[in-house]
Amino acid sequence: MSDFNRRRFLESSAGVAAAATVGAGSALFAPFAQAQQTLTFKPEKGAKLRVLRWSRFVQGDIDAYMANVKKFTEATGVEVRVDNEGWEDVRPKAAVAANTGAGPDIILSTNDDANLYPDKLLDVTDLAEYLGKKYGGWYPAGEAFMRPDGKKWLGLPLGASGSLIVYRDSMVKAAGFATFPKTTDEFLKLYKALKEKGTPGGMALGNATGDSTWCNWLIWSHGGKLVDKTNKVVIDSPETLKALEYGKELYANFIPGTLSWLDPNNNKAFLDGQISVTNNGISVYYAAKNSADPKIKEMAADINHAVFPIGPVGVPTESHLFFNQMVMKYTKFPQAAKEFLRFMMEKEQFDPWLQGGGGYVAQPLRFYENSTIWTSDPKNMPYRDSVKNLRPGGYDGKLGYASAGAAADFIIPNMVAEAASGSKTPKEAAERAQKRAERYYKV
Amino acid sequence: MTLLARFQNSRNALGLAFMLPAAVLLLLFLTYPLGLGTYLGFTDAKVGRSGQWIGLENYEYLWGDAVTRLALFNTLFYTAVASVLKFFLGLWLAILLNRNIRFKTFFRAVILLPYIVPTALSAIAFWWIYDSQFSIISWALVKMGLIDQYIDFLGSPWNARIAVIIANVWRGVPFVAITLLAGLQTISPSYYEASAIDGATPWQQFRHVTMPLLTPIIAVVMTFSVLFTFTDFQLIYVITRGGPLNATHLMATLSFQRAISGGALGEGAAIAIAMVPFLLACVMFSFFGLQRRAWQQGGSDK
Repeated sequence: MSDFNRRRFLESSAGVAAAATVGAGSALFAPFAQAQQTLTFKPEKGAKLRVLRWSRFVQGDIDAYMANVKKFTEATGVEVRVDNEGWEDVRPKAAVAANTGAGPDIILSTNDDANLYPDKLLDVTDLAEYLGKKYGGWYPAGEAFMRPDGKKWLGLPLGASGSLIVYRDSMVKAAGFATFPKTTDEFLKLYKALKEKGTPGGMALGNATGDSTWCNWLIWSHGGKLVDKTNKVVIDSPETLKALEYGKELYANFIPGTLSWLDPNNNKAFLDGQISVTNNGISVYYAAKNSADPKIKEMAADINHAVFPIGPVGVPTESHLFFNQMVMKYTKFPQAAKEFLRFMMEKEQFDPWLQGGGGYVAQPLRFYENSTIWTSDPKNMPYRDSVKNLRPGGYDGKLGYASAGAAADFIIPNMVAEAASGSKTPKEAAERAQKRAERYYKV
Repeated sequence: MTLLARFQNSRNALGLAFMLPAAVLLLLFLTYPLGLGTYLGFTDAKVGRSGQWIGLENYEYLWGDAVTRLALFNTLFYTAVASVLKFFLGLWLAILLNRNIRFKTFFRAVILLPYIVPTALSAIAFWWIYDSQFSIISWALVKMGLIDQYIDFLGSPWNARIAVIIANVWRGVPFVAITLLAGLQTISPSYYEASAIDGATPWQQFRHVTMPLLTPIIAVVMTFSVLFTFTDFQLIYVITRGGPLNATHLMATLSFQRAISGGALGEGAAIAIAMVPFLLACVMFSFFGLQRRAWQQGGSDK
């Protein structure tokens, strides 16, 4: 922690600040320099908190999180019960809690859940602004998710589990690629070459909450999008059709079975040596590094990560699994809940948690870019900017009930799966997706 | 006589008082949710937001929605095939277990095992069995040299449909078998003795003695079996989440996905309520069948 402090952040971001100063004054630097350094909320007498969060994919995450919870209880006397659920199960539980007005005080959920029931959540604007100022600002994606109207914060961003490329270095090299492809054309060539070599790759095409996000990349990288800026559904477009044609070619080189893959499938297949390239969080690498099996541990040296290739659209189009923290309005202990979130986001707690997760979650606040978790192992680095580069699933429109519903209904992954597998033509798949999305965006 | 004493001596008042807790529970936990679900189906309610009355719009949309129609087809197919298989396998097992075999009690206990295991747990076991990369079935067949590559159990629509039906049959057979076994044990051996003296073959005994006497219990057990299968959720949710390409989405899983995960409460409720006519028809078929007393007692209906 000695090399991770505010001074170092200021030094490292000086270039960015200087650049900002040239154009728009000291917008980035000044608020940070004048940041309010302390803000505390006074927990209600006898406060007890219940936190519902997604289950860990890496053990270090929950260990560090629980250590912080213990610290919080010791510091404030507020008892905290933490329940863990698979992230697919947190969403329905959160929805039921919001609807019935009873349940956990704080919910750590995924993507744009907060936009499903904004009226049921406690306004945490003061807390978010304090943290933003103190820690160099929130990344735009975090704000898009949690401050949809640009004013009120519905909750706090927690970070994102980066969905990046995980590959076997030796297999990619054996397929004739010295470095990992940076364009979609090269990426397709790599997949073809890997299949020819008998070391195919594969990515999830089932209803996988986290791992089907690569389908967003596929569409966006070719210029397709679910909605335009006015939230008009435009998924049935020539760009989408191009993306689907590309996806079909890519899928032809996948290992069989990916149509059924849910979130855990590619991890297992990768660690078993059955696939050479997939998309995933850093959990595959983390599992290999920490495995008790020497064969798998050995594999860690051969695992590497890369950001998704850039498509015809010419800019990165990354889609990751975003995590949020919501305080339910019905809580009897709003001050305690806010204090809990504040405590967990302060660097004394947040950085050890980032470290514990081994890079599984990328930070939502710029300050933590300098956490040593990203530099202690160069293979972690690609995951660092996952929130920074994240495009919310409702791109290019505004997040809200419709974007949340469309994502939860797997409209894009199903469209890609239908076209890729040939069960529908790309045009038919796009038309169906358009019709379904229009239903959500009718709101 | 005081009011309390009069109350204590009134059969009607006491009957009402004793019925009241049960009636409240029924109203609260059965009627209210069903009523609320029906109402929500006519609204555009979202999670966290009460909706506006939109009449039949949800149903109109769902009628034209390819995924809902596919889910309806899947549900009917799943229910029909699984129920028929469960019936024949269950009946066969019941007849076997009704015989005087060694370790009869042990086998009767074993047959119940799939029913004892929590559904989610058995679903996870089947998910592993069907895994595209680690399936024990595929592995064994490859090792035996019978196939060259792993079977894509869950990755192609028809394979996936059949796979989940097998899981459901495995899960549901014990219920049918044990209930039918209970029914078989109520049939007096004297019928079989009398028919044997008359020269009846085993098949004739089965057809003319066992089946007619077992029919009422078959009606009840199959009604329940069809209801459970039609409304199945856990197996699908764990094994496929409705995939691939929505090929295993049942009405119940689609309703959940749209209402809870997707936040479209009204639409999800409409999907759930759309199941009611099918379920009601099934219950009515059994109910009116059982009302026909001659049929119930093994006679022929007029």
